[in-house]
Amino acid sequence: MTVELANTCETQDQDALIAQSPLSIRGLTVSYGEKPAVFSVDMTVKPGQMTAIIGPNGAGKSTMLKAALGIVPPVSGRVQVFGRALDEQRARIAYVPQRASVDWDFPTRVIDVVLMGLYRELGLLGRIKASHRAKAMDCLDRVGMGDFAERQIGQLSGGQQQRVFLARALAQGADLYLLDEPFAGVDAATEKAIISVLKSLREAGKTVVVVHHDLATVTEYFDNVFLINTRRVAEGTVAEAFTEATLQVAYGGRLATTQVDQLARA
Amino acid sequence: MMNGEEFVPLSLTPMLIGIFAAIACALPGNFLLLRRQALIGDAISHVVLPGIVVAFLISGAITAWPMMLGAAGAAVVAVMLIEAIRRLGKIEPGAAMGVVFTTMFAGGVLLLEQTDTSTVHLDVEHALYGNLESLIWLDAVGWSSLLDPEALRHLPVELPRMALTLVGVCLFIALFWRALKISTFDEGFARTMGIRTNALGLGLVITAAVAAVAAFDAVGSIIVIAMFICPPAAARMMTNRLEGQIAWSVGFAMVSAVLGYVLAGYGPLWMGGSDAVSAAGMIATVSGVILAISAKFGPCRSRAGAPAGI
Amino acid sequence: MLLDALLLQLGYNATLVAIGAALLGTAAGITGTFLFLRKRALVSDAVSHATLPGVCIAFLLMAAFGADGRNLAGLLLGSAVSAGIGLWCMNWLTRNTRLAEDAAIGAVLSVFFGFGIVLLTVIQILGVGRQAGLEGFLLGSTAGMLYSDALVIAGGGALSLLMILLTRRPMTLVAFDPEYAAARGLPVERIDMLMMGLVMAVTVVGLKIVGLILIVALLIIPAVTARFWTERSDHVVLLAGLFGGLASYVGAALSASAPNLPTGPIIVLVSFGFFALSLFLAPNRGVLAAVMRHMRFQRRVHLRQGLLALAQGQAIYESLTLRLLRRAGLVRADGVATERGKARASKALRDERRWEIVRGDMAHEAAAALYDGLRDIETVLTQDQIVEIDRRIGGPREVLS
Repeated sequence: MTVELANTCETQDQDALIAQSPLSIRGLTVSYGEKPAVFSVDMTVKPGQMTAIIGPNGAGKSTMLKAALGIVPPVSGRVQVFGRALDEQRARIAYVPQRASVDWDFPTRVIDVVLMGLYRELGLLGRIKASHRAKAMDCLDRVGMGDFAERQIGQLSGGQQQRVFLARALAQGADLYLLDEPFAGVDAATEKAIISVLKSLREAGKTVVVVHHDLATVTEYFDNVFLINTRRVAEGTVAEAFTEATLQVAYGGRLATTQVDQLARA
Repeated sequence: MMNGEEFVPLSLTPMLIGIFAAIACALPGNFLLLRRQALIGDAISHVVLPGIVVAFLISGAITAWPMMLGAAGAAVVAVMLIEAIRRLGKIEPGAAMGVVFTTMFAGGVLLLEQTDTSTVHLDVEHALYGNLESLIWLDAVGWSSLLDPEALRHLPVELPRMALTLVGVCLFIALFWRALKISTFDEGFARTMGIRTNALGLGLVITAAVAAVAAFDAVGSIIVIAMFICPPAAARMMTNRLEGQIAWSVGFAMVSAVLGYVLAGYGPLWMGGSDAVSAAGMIATVSGVILAISAKFGPCRSRAGAPAGI
Repeated sequence: MLLDALLLQLGYNATLVAIGAALLGTAAGITGTFLFLRKRALVSDAVSHATLPGVCIAFLLMAAFGADGRNLAGLLLGSAVSAGIGLWCMNWLTRNTRLAEDAAIGAVLSVFFGFGIVLLTVIQILGVGRQAGLEGFLLGSTAGMLYSDALVIAGGGALSLLMILLTRRPMTLVAFDPEYAAARGLPVERIDMLMMGLVMAVTVVGLKIVGLILIVALLIIPAVTARFWTERSDHVVLLAGLFGGLASYVGAALSASAPNLPTGPIIVLVSFGFFALSLFLAPNRGVLAAVMRHMRFQRRVHLRQGLLALAQGQAIYESLTLRLLRRAGLVRADGVATERGKARASKALRDERRWEIVRGDMAHEAAAALYDGLRDIETVLTQDQIVEIDRRIGGPREVLS
C-alpha cells in the first residue's frame, strides 16, 4: 500500500480553512509523563455552529481543550484562534472549566464570580460601575440565577454552580465558547437551561464547543461532532461523523453493539 | 495605667512595630491560606536564618540592608528549590517543603556555629524570638515628642522600615487584588483570561518573603509564622467574603499584637512577678487563642461548598 | 578522628549516642515513610513544635516539687503530652472547621511554639534558665550529655523501632491504600492514631539529639529519598529506614569528631546529601533520567507526527519537527520528502490504519488499550494478526478523513 504525498494546492485550501476557523488545532500532542493523552490531533471548528467533543473516559477530551487554551503545556502542536495566535485573541474566547476544578468554599458571592468574567474589560484596577453590575445581573438572569446573586457560592447545588460558571462566560461577551463537561452531574432543569443558552448563542452567530459525555443527546443538541480517543477518530456533521463505525473505533469494545446501533440511528 | 511620659518612649514604638509586622504578614497570609500554601510562611521563616548568616559572612557586619537582602535571597532560593524538587522529583509539596527548609535551617545553624559571632548579636534564639521589647524610643519624653523633629530622628530604625514594608505589601495586594482573587479561585480560568498565574503566584510568595524578612528583623520568626496563618484562619471563620476576611484578619492581627505585647509586659507584674516574658511568644499565643475562639463560635466556621475534586 | 568516631572509639557516651542516633534515624525513616505515603509529611512539623510547652511545663512542675528539673525522662514525658494535645487540636481544626490541614498544621505549630517560648522566658525569669539547658531542645545538643540521658535515648530509639516492627503490616496497608484497608476491616482511624503515636515517640526521643526544629527532617527526608529508588511500598519503608539510620549514625559520629559541629544540623545535612544524590542520579525517577527520557519522547512524538503529516500531504508547521526530519534524512532541505522519508511515512500511515482497525475491534481490546500514538504495532500483535488486519484494510470503509 502506498500513499499519495502532498501537493501544494491542498495545503493552500487548508490554510484558508484555518484562517476562517474560530479554533484550529494542528498536530497537537499532550502528554502527562510518557504516555500521550492526546496524540497528533487536528481539529477545525466550524464558525457559528455547535460542536461536541466526544470520546470515552480518559480519551483526552478535556486535556485537548486545556492544551488548546494554554492551560496545560503541549508537547507539540499549533493552535490558532480566528486565524491568529491564541494570545492575541484571548478576548474572543470564553472558557467554562469543569465545576469540580475549583474549591467552592472560596469566600465569595455569586455576583462576584460573574464579575470575574469582566476582568479583561475592567483591567487590574478599573472600578466596577453600576453598568458592570447590571451586565453581570443580566447574565445571571439569562441562566435563571438572578435570585441568587448575593448567595455564598458554597451554598449552591451542583447545577446552580454550573450555571454560575456559564453566566461568568457570558459576561465575557466572547465569540467562541469552550465548555468542559457542562452537563456532568447536573439536574435536568439545569441541562435544559444551559442548552437553551447555548442555542441562543449560536443564533447570535457565536461558536460553541462542548466536551460532552452523554451520547444519547448528541444528535439533539449539536451540529457537529469531534470524536477523539487519544487520536482524532472522526470530525464532521453529526450525520457524517456520528456513525456506528466511528463510535466503534472511538469506544472500542466499551459500547455494546446494540447501543451503538441505537445511537447511530437516533 | 500609664501616662505618655512612660508609654511613648517605652511601649509606643514596639507596639507599632508589632502591629505593622502582624498586618504585613497577615495580608498575604490570606491568599496563601486560600491557595493551600499556608506553610510557605513556615518555610520562609525557617530559611531566613541561613540568609542572614551568609549575609553576615559576606558583609562582615550586622547591618540592616545586607541582612535583609540575604534573608530575602534565601527565601527566594528556598521557594525555587521547593518548586524544583516538587516538579523534578514529583514529590508532594508538603514533603518538598520539609526537605528544603530543614536543610537550609540546618545549614544556617552549622554556619553560625562555625563562625565567630561572639562580637555581634547573632544567635538562633534571637532569630526565633526576636527582640521586640528592646525597640524603645529613648529620646521621647511624651506624646509631644511625636511632633519633635529632633526626637523623631532617633526613632528605632525598625519602625520606619516596618512601616515601609507594610505600605509595600498593601500596594501589591491592592494593585493585583482582582487578578489575585481570580487566580486563587480558578487558576485555569485565570490563564484563559491572560493572567500570568505563575508570575503572580511567585510575586505573592516574594511579597510574603519580604514581609517575613522585615518582620523577622524586628520580632523574630515565630510571630511571622503565627501571623501568616492564625489571623487569616480566624478571619475565615467570621465571613464568607474575601473583602471581609481581609478586614477581619487585619483586625485580629492588630488585637494579637497589642494584647500580646501588653500581656507580655504587664501580665507578670499583675501576677506578682517582676520581669516581662517574651512578647513575640505572647503575641503568637494570643493569636492562637483568637483562632480557637473563632473556630468554636465563628458564624462561618464550617465548610460551605462541596470539597474540591469531586 | 572521624574514623575513630565512625568506629565507635570516642568513649562510652559518644558511642551510645551514635548507636541511639542510628536506632532513632531508622525508626524515624520508617515512621516518616508512612506519613509521606499518606501525604501528611508536615504533620510531623506540628507535632515537633508542639513539644516545647510540654518540656517547659514538665521542667516547672518538677522544679516546683523539688525534683531535678532536668530529668530527661520527665521532660520527654511532658513533651509527649503536649505533642498529643497539639495533634488533637490539629485534628479538631481540620475536622470541625473549614480549615485545610496545612493551615491547621501551621496554626498549631506556631501557637504552641510561641507559648513554649513564653514559658521559656518564664523559666529564665525564675532564675534557673541557663542551668536548665532547655535551649538544647530547640536544636539538640549531645555535648556533655549524661550517661543516663544517653541510655534513655538509646533505649527510646530501640523501643520505637520495636513498636514499628510489630505494627508494620497494618501500617503499610493503611499508608498505601486506606480505602482498601478499611474494606478489609482494618480500623483505619485507630491505625492512623497509632501512626501519629509513633511520630510522637520518634519526635520525643529525637528532641535531645536533633532538637525540635530539625527532627522533622529525620521524618521526611529519608522517606522522600527512598521513594526515588523503588516503586514498591515495602521497599520504600526498608530503604527509608536504611537511609535514616545511616545518615543519623554518620552525622552523630561526624559531630563527635570535631568541635562546633552540632549534631542535629550535621545529621540533617548528611541526610540531605543522600537526598540530593538520589534526586539527580536515581535510575528511574531521578532528574537526569527523566530529562533524557523526556527529550527522547519529545523527539519521537515530533518524528512520528512529521511522518504522518508527510504521508497525508499536510503542511508541517513546527520547526522542531522539520529539523528532526531533516536530521534523520527523511526530508530534504526544501521540505520535500526523500525516498526513505516516503517509505517511512507510508509505513507510519499504514500502521495508523492498522491501529484503527485494532481499536474498532472488540477482539483486540487488550492490544487497543496500549495505543498511545507511538507504540509500534508489531510489539502488540503477531505477524499473522497484522496480515489479517491488512486484509481488512482492503475493504471499502474510510473513516480517517
